Order: sequence, then C-alpha cells, then structure tokens
Amino acid sequence: MNLFLDAFAWLADPAHLSGADGVPTRLGEHLWYTIVAVVIASVLAVPAGYLIGHTGRGRTLAVALTGGARALPTVGLVFLLALLVGIGITAPMIAFVVLAIPSVLAGAYSGFEAVDRKTIDAARAVGMTEWQIVTKVEVPLGLPLLIGGIRSATLQVVATATIATVVGAGGLGTYIFRGLRSNDYTQMLAGSIVVIALAVALEVVFSIVQRLVVPAGVTAGRPSDTRSKAARPGAVTATPLTKGTQ
Amino acid sequence: MITANKKGRLTVLGAVAIGAMVALAGCASSDPLSSGDSSASGDGDTLVIGSQQYYSNEIIAELYAQALEAKGYKVDRQYQIGQREVYLPELESGKIDVFPEYTGNLLQYYDKEETAKSPEEVETALAAALPDGLTALKAAAASDQDSYNVTKEFSEENDITSLADLKNYSGTLTLGAPPENAERPYGPPGLKSIYGVDVTSTPIDDGGGPLTVKALTDGSVQLADIYTASPLITENDLVTLEDPENMILPQNVVPIVSDKVDSDAQDVIDSVDAVLSASDLQQLNSKSQTDKESSATIAKDYLTEKGLLDS
Repeated sequence: MNLFLDAFAWLADPAHLSGADGVPTRLGEHLWYTIVAVVIASVLAVPAGYLIGHTGRGRTLAVALTGGARALPTVGLVFLLALLVGIGITAPMIAFVVLAIPSVLAGAYSGFEAVDRKTIDAARAVGMTEWQIVTKVEVPLGLPLLIGGIRSATLQVVATATIATVVGAGGLGTYIFRGLRSNDYTQMLAGSIVVIALAVALEVVFSIVQRLVVPAGVTAGRPSDTRSKAARPGAVTATPLTKGTQ
Repeated sequence: MITANKKGRLTVLGAVAIGAMVALAGCASSDPLSSGDSSASGDGDTLVIGSQQYYSNEIIAELYAQALEAKGYKVDRQYQIGQREVYLPELESGKIDVFPEYTGNLLQYYDKEETAKSPEEVETALAAALPDGLTALKAAAASDQDSYNVTKEFSEENDITSLADLKNYSGTLTLGAPPENAERPYGPPGLKSIYGVDVTSTPIDDGGGPLTVKALTDGSVQLADIYTASPLITENDLVTLEDPENMILPQNVVPIVSDKVDSDAQDVIDSVDAVLSASDLQQLNSKSQTDKESSATIAKDYLTEKGLLDS
C-alpha cells in the first residue's frame, strides 16, 4: 500500500502538475491522441461497416482482415513506422488507428446485422427507399452496438496510447516508461493511475451515451437490460402470479 | 467417438509432456549456476567465464575465453547472465572466475557515494571498492558509455566538437535519448548545471539504436545519446562530443577476476585488453549487429589478427 500512497503523493506534488512535462499537459496529449485515433478509425470503419452490414457482402473478408489487424503487435508497428516517418506522433497515430478499426468496424456491421429482418421488410413494404431503410431504420437501431464498438476501441487506444512516448510523442506513457527504465516505480505507478482514471472516466461517458442512443420505440418494446423486475416482459421471466401482484 | 476423443487427448498430453521434458532438459543444461554442473569451477583447473545479457559483453567474454584457451587453459562459458544483482554474488562466491565489466557502473554498484570522475580516478576507486576475493585487472581503452552525438554537418556548421561548445549555439537544442536520461545526472540537469546548456529531452526508447540515429539525421533532434561502443556512430559519420568536465561516468571495459585466476592467466587477459581500443570494440559490435556473425567467429578473427592466439 505504501507504493500507492507514494504514487498519490507524487501526483499531488505541485512540481508534477505544471509545465510541458506536467500531468495536465500529458493527460491532454493522451486524451487528444485517443480522440483523434478513434475519430479517424470511425471515419474509415463506420461507412465500410455499414456497407457490409447493409449488403451482407464482404463479411468474411472483413472478419479476416480485422482479426489479423488485431493480432499486430502495436509496439513493433510503432517502431517500424517510426523508422519510415521519423519520431513524433505520426507513427503511433497510424498504429492506434489500426488498433481501433476492428472494434469500430465490428460494431458497425453487427449493429446492422442485429436489426430484425422483419423490421426491414416492413420498412420496405411501407415504401421506404434503400437509403431511407439505412438512415431511418438500420442506423438508429444499430447505434447502440456501434457505440459499443467505439467504446471498446477507445478503451484499447487509451491503454495503448502509453507507448506514444517510446518515439518521443509524449502522453501519459512518458511517466510509465521513464519510471520503468530508471527503477522509479512511484512515477510509473502514478502514470498508470492517471491512465486508469482516464479509462474509467471514458467508460462512464460511453455507458451513458450508449443508453441515450437507444431509440425510444426500442426501449419501450424490447427487454431492457436493467434489473428492474417491472421492465421485464412477463412472457419471458414472470409467472402469471407475479405479474398479477404488480 | 469417445475413443477418438481420448486418443486425441492422449496425443496432446504426450506432446505437452515431451515438450515440457525438452524444455526442462534445456533449462538444466543451460543453467549457468546449477550446482550439479560438473564443469563449474568445482574441478581444479577450469576457469568459468561469464557475460552479461548483452551481445557486446559476450563478445568481450569470448575474447578472454579464446585467448585463455590458446594458452592451454580450460574454460567453461556461462554467458548471458542477467543483471549485476544476479551475477555479482556468484562472482563473489567463486562460482564464476572471469567477468567483463564496465568501470563506472560497477563502481556505483559497490559504492553509491563515490565521486570519482575521470577514467583513471574511477579505475583506482573501483580497485578499492571491490570486495575481498575479486580483482579488477587493467581497464581497456575501449569503453561503452553514454555519449552525446551530433551529425557531422551540425558539428562543422556550428563549430561544435565538445559539450562545452554547445552553450554558444543560438538555436534550440532537442536531445533524443532513452526515457531514463531525463532524470540522470548526465542528462538535461547535468548539461544545465555543468555546461550551462538548455536542452529539451525527447524520449526515444530504442537504446540509442537506429530510430535515435534517424531522428538525428532527419533533424528532429540535434543531439543524440548513443553508447560509445555502438557501430552506428561510425556508420553514420556522427561526431561524439567531448566531455571535458567528465560529466558522464566513464565505462571502460574491465575484467573482474576471482582468486582462482593466477598471474599467468591474468597476463593473458591483460594482453587482450591492452589492444582493445574504442574503435576496435565498435568494429566487433558492428560485425555482430550488421554482419550477424557469432561471438565465437568475431573473437577468433580479432585475436588471430592481433596475434593473440599463437601459443
């Protein structure tokens, strides 16, 4: 426990809270890298995922490609890219985007695939165009799964962004690697704590967003994931007796 | 179905068992410190030579080993032993007889308060600091220490050949160095207090490797922390800045030997270090890193060239 107390004391030290190497600056860099990487990954992967989800084509290829990309060792990729483009954020950013794409892509196409075919047939029956089906049915209904994909991509990037520092790009990993290499475990732990706090904060934000994006009609009509008994559809979980006591 | 499954499982189990046995057997024979090892210093005339888990250190150990063998000594090679915390106790207890070390770091291991600075002072202080039973032979001219390097163009354009010249440079100086450099006495704090130079440190975590050199040559950094024994310095025409104030602790190659190494054997080891210059060590390292030669081949070629294998 002493090490933890030391780490919190390190974080509270005013000397570590200002300047280019201060915690706020490093935290800002870290958060910025995470946001940029996830946004770029989303811009690339969401349209591709929607296309796969809507047409049902290319799924096998997408699964194979993104599965392979997940297996890429990110540190190796960072050094390899840095040897081509030099030190700085470019190389790690490319690696983070590669890391984030599989989750976002999976979220996008599985969101579309999860839409009940009957709903789509109904949309077509009432005269919706393909474009309307995509924008008015599939996108809103698939949104919770897409946000879930972006959420897990963000979590992976926020943890991995610690390696930006190995090619001189800063971020919270600065404390972790400097501490590791100079046996200063207090500094290392302090850096880790801030990364964890950031990850938890982002998780909270995403879990709220994920709830908010569920279309109102869907929340009313389908089993909710909350634990409240009242919300459970009687046919599945409740006996007629308990239903009667409500 | 069940039999097929069982068979499959047995095969897997068998494979795992064989794999484990092979792995364990491998461990047993390569464990440098296992007491059952008959070739360890238990028997009279065999000298056990160790090395760090560092390719350059292994090459130096191999130089000693082959030079000793050429003079009729029996040696047992126990290379790639982790860190000082692991191998120094083994040296002290007499399980290893010869170990190539580096003066500054070894001195700091035994005496953290020591203030010796120049290579000579450090060597003298080290001799005094070593525990009973261990002797430091004469240090080689070759060293493997942190050094600040600039490109040849930068050095010529700004007339900078020494760390003391840096304070006349008008632009901003960015230093590419391993992450720990930022807090070392010879890092930015030392450059400021000893040479009056302001540098911003950019961590590059490849131990002064190719990425550090690339950052230097493409101008992302003006200074780079690279080990003096690295072949990259000559390969890229870099200029190593002099350190007139001895800010960086010297790390000359020094063999540490146990009492089992008699004066004749000491002379053999001394004869190797007497010829091992800084550029020699760079070339030996280059053969390992660039040409991918084994330490045995590198050592044999070098000793033959220097006439140290003639009995």
